[in-house]
Formats: sequence, C-alpha cells, structure tokens
Amino acid sequence: MKVVIIEYNAGNLFSVQAALNRLKVKAIVSNEPQIIQNADKVIFPGVGEMASAMKYLRETRLLEIIRNLTQPVLGICLGLQLFCRHSEENDSLGIGIFEANVKRFPPSEKVPHMGWNQIHKLKGPLFENIPDGANLYFVHSYYAEILPETCGESHYILPFSAAIQKENYFAVQFHPEKSGKAGEEILRNFLSIKMNSQDHSPI
Amino acid sequence: MLTKRIIPCLDVQNGETVKGINFVNLRSAGDPVALGKRYSEEGADELVYLDISASIEGRKTFRELVSRVAQELNIPFTVGGGIKSIADISALLKAGADKVSVNTAAVVNPHLIDEAAKAFGSQCIVVAIDAKAVEKKWLLTIYGGREQSQINALEWAKELQERGAGEILLTSMDHDGTKNGFALELTAQMSEMLSIPVIASGGAGTMDHFADVFTIGKADAALAASVFHFREIPIPQLKKYLQEKQIPVRI
Repeated sequence: MKVVIIEYNAGNLFSVQAALNRLKVKAIVSNEPQIIQNADKVIFPGVGEMASAMKYLRETRLLEIIRNLTQPVLGICLGLQLFCRHSEENDSLGIGIFEANVKRFPPSEKVPHMGWNQIHKLKGPLFENIPDGANLYFVHSYYAEILPETCGESHYILPFSAAIQKENYFAVQFHPEKSGKAGEEILRNFLSIKMNSQDHSPI
Repeated sequence: MLTKRIIPCLDVQNGETVKGINFVNLRSAGDPVALGKRYSEEGADELVYLDISASIEGRKTFRELVSRVAQELNIPFTVGGGIKSIADISALLKAGADKVSVNTAAVVNPHLIDEAAKAFGSQCIVVAIDAKAVEKKWLLTIYGGREQSQINALEWAKELQERGAGEILLTSMDHDGTKNGFALELTAQMSEMLSIPVIASGGAGTMDHFADVFTIGKADAALAASVFHFREIPIPQLKKYLQEKQIPVRI
C-alpha cells in the first residue's frame, strides 16, 4: 500500500510519518502531483495558518490535485479547515470540498482549545471500535460548524465538527498522531478503508 | 469537556534523566525515552523534556533524543532548555517536538516570542516563567533561578500572551522541590488573567496538591517530576483520585 503525506508549507509531517511508522507503514512525503495521484491513501496534515497555506496550494497547483483525488484522503487539523469553503482566519477561502464555514471560537473560554477532549456521535469507518466519549488531542483556535457530513462531534464552548466525511474525503480536527492508542486505532481504520465505486487503480 | 492535563517533566543532561532539588543536587532517574514511554502508557497527557546540559555536545545529544522521542511517543511533548533563537526553535520542531518552551531568552529578547509565534504558530510556543516571591510581589528569576529580575511575573505573563505565546509554564521557585504543594494563589491569579492555558509547576508532593492546583489554582495543566520518577504518585492512581473529586481527566 502506497501512503503519501502531502508536503506543503503548513505540515506537521514528521509526527504523522512517525505515527505511521509505529503502525509499520512507510509513508512517502511528497508534493509531486503524480506521486500523490498514484497513492492508495493520501494524508493531508496541517499546522499553521489558513491563508498562507491556501496561497501555497494555489501557487503549486496542489489545490486542483487535492480537489480531484479519488482515493481515501485524510485531512488533519488545518487539513480539515482547508477542506472547508471559507475560514474566518484571515478571511480565507478554502478548497471547498465541504460547504462549511470555519469560525473562531468565541473568547468565553481559553483559546486555543488545547488538550484532550471527548468525541461523540461517531459514524463511519474511521471510528470502528472507537467508543463514544473517547479522548483525543486537540490544538486549534478555529472550528468547523456541525454539518450534514459531520461524523464525530466534540464540545468546547459550543458543539463543533471533530470529524467530517464526504465520499473519499475524511478529515479530523484532532491529531490522531498524538492521541495515544485511540488515535492509532483511527489511523489504522483510515488505512484499511476501501473505496468501492472508484475508478482509481493503484499502480 | 476539555480535561485537565497531567504532565511529567523530564530534566535531561547528556542524554540522561535527572531531577534537581531546588535546581541543584541532581539525582538520576533513568533513560528519557523509556521513561517517557512508560508515562505515556500510564496515562500522562503530555510530556516536557528539559535540556539542562550546558555544553554544545549536550545540546546535540538532546536534539537526537528529541527525534527519538518523536518516533516512539504517541502523545504530545514539549522541549525546552537553552533555546536562544528562531534557529534553535526551528531545529527542535523539525526534530519532531510538538512545542518548545522558551525561558530566559524571552526576557533577554522579547521579540523572539513575536517572531516565533509568527513563524511557527502560537500553539507551539510555550514560555516558561520562574517566579519568586520578593516582598509580597511575584518577580521573575532568570538563568535557571540564578538571577533575580525586577520584572513582575503577572505583567510579564500578560505581555507574553500579547506577543503570541500559546501557553505559560509557571514555576514557583519558592515551591519547586519542596513537595509542599503548588503556588495556588499565584497560579489562580495568572490563569484567570490570561486567555491562554497555564501549566502549574513546582511543589507537587501529594495527590491533593494536584486536586488543589486544578480547583483553587485554576490551572489548565499540572507538571511534576520527582513524584512521578520515583513512583511516589503513580499516574493512573492520581487520575482516578482526581476523577473522584469531579475534576475532568482523561482516563
């Protein structure tokens, strides 16, 4: 199985790669369109700022590549926010896979939302064998609202999307690579997802 | 609900874990990677590795250690000790650290915090504040407690937040190593004043001390070293105790 981690200017690539190593999966880190397109699984991690990440993705034409992938893709943290339509962070447009708006947490509690929090209302293949209320590690100041595509909810100040899924696009706001055993299980689940109705054929 | 974090701290010198009692007299407590893994398995929410080596060789060993920790650990960890520049921060983050903790360098050059937050994001910039009570005021000490400044610790914390620090690691030098409990009043004051998380450090001796620092001290996280290293307080037991006290923790 070819797993490719997309390399760009807002990556937290090392941690994700290390987490996959612990699962005995050697991932390739790349920004080469062909390598990304030919992967069986694509991971799009992200730590950083939305507008500068978008600028980079546009300039390198990775934006179009990401938008047209047919294999399972996993966005992590900023990756989830980049999959959305728009973010309040520097009033930036996103890739727009999900019709969602990313907003800043109101300042009624400490922001960023940093630490371990529970996830509920779990749906879909990412969360197989993950119990409702499992604790996962979050670090973020912006959140995606609850959507029809939400497949995991968390609550901090207000309810927000901890995980979303639309067709082959999966995205999580927490860091599975830093979320202990539960996070490992979620990564393992992602790696075993099979997309049936895809024309993509691994080389 | 966001849980309160328990953070074991590992002081590392030349690749070995040590713990200072009032920052002198060091006692060895094992291999940093093995110890970190054990803590992670026991339920630690995060780890802090502090490099207390003074030599260039020691710094190099520490960076290698950071990348080993990043390979092995599946929870977040912060590294600190001797960070002076953006290049130091960049090297440690590249080695796989999730956050860096800056101390004296932030006092010497406060712009470092603005620059670091801009370059790497506030979420990975922790600033350590070592405070000491002097004539009823909490003042900053720097250079590992060797130099007393006249800077007010609370005002400094506020400034750091404005400059883009993502978290404050607050140590009371009067409590550190005493095992008589955390500086509750100072911690509460700082935590209530700031909109970023405060990690309380210094003085943990009993499970009640942890409960107090979360309730009375309003800390977001609590850090300790020797009570964990020498198994005086096992982490699973501590978490169970806190849960019984209605304090939200990750079990």
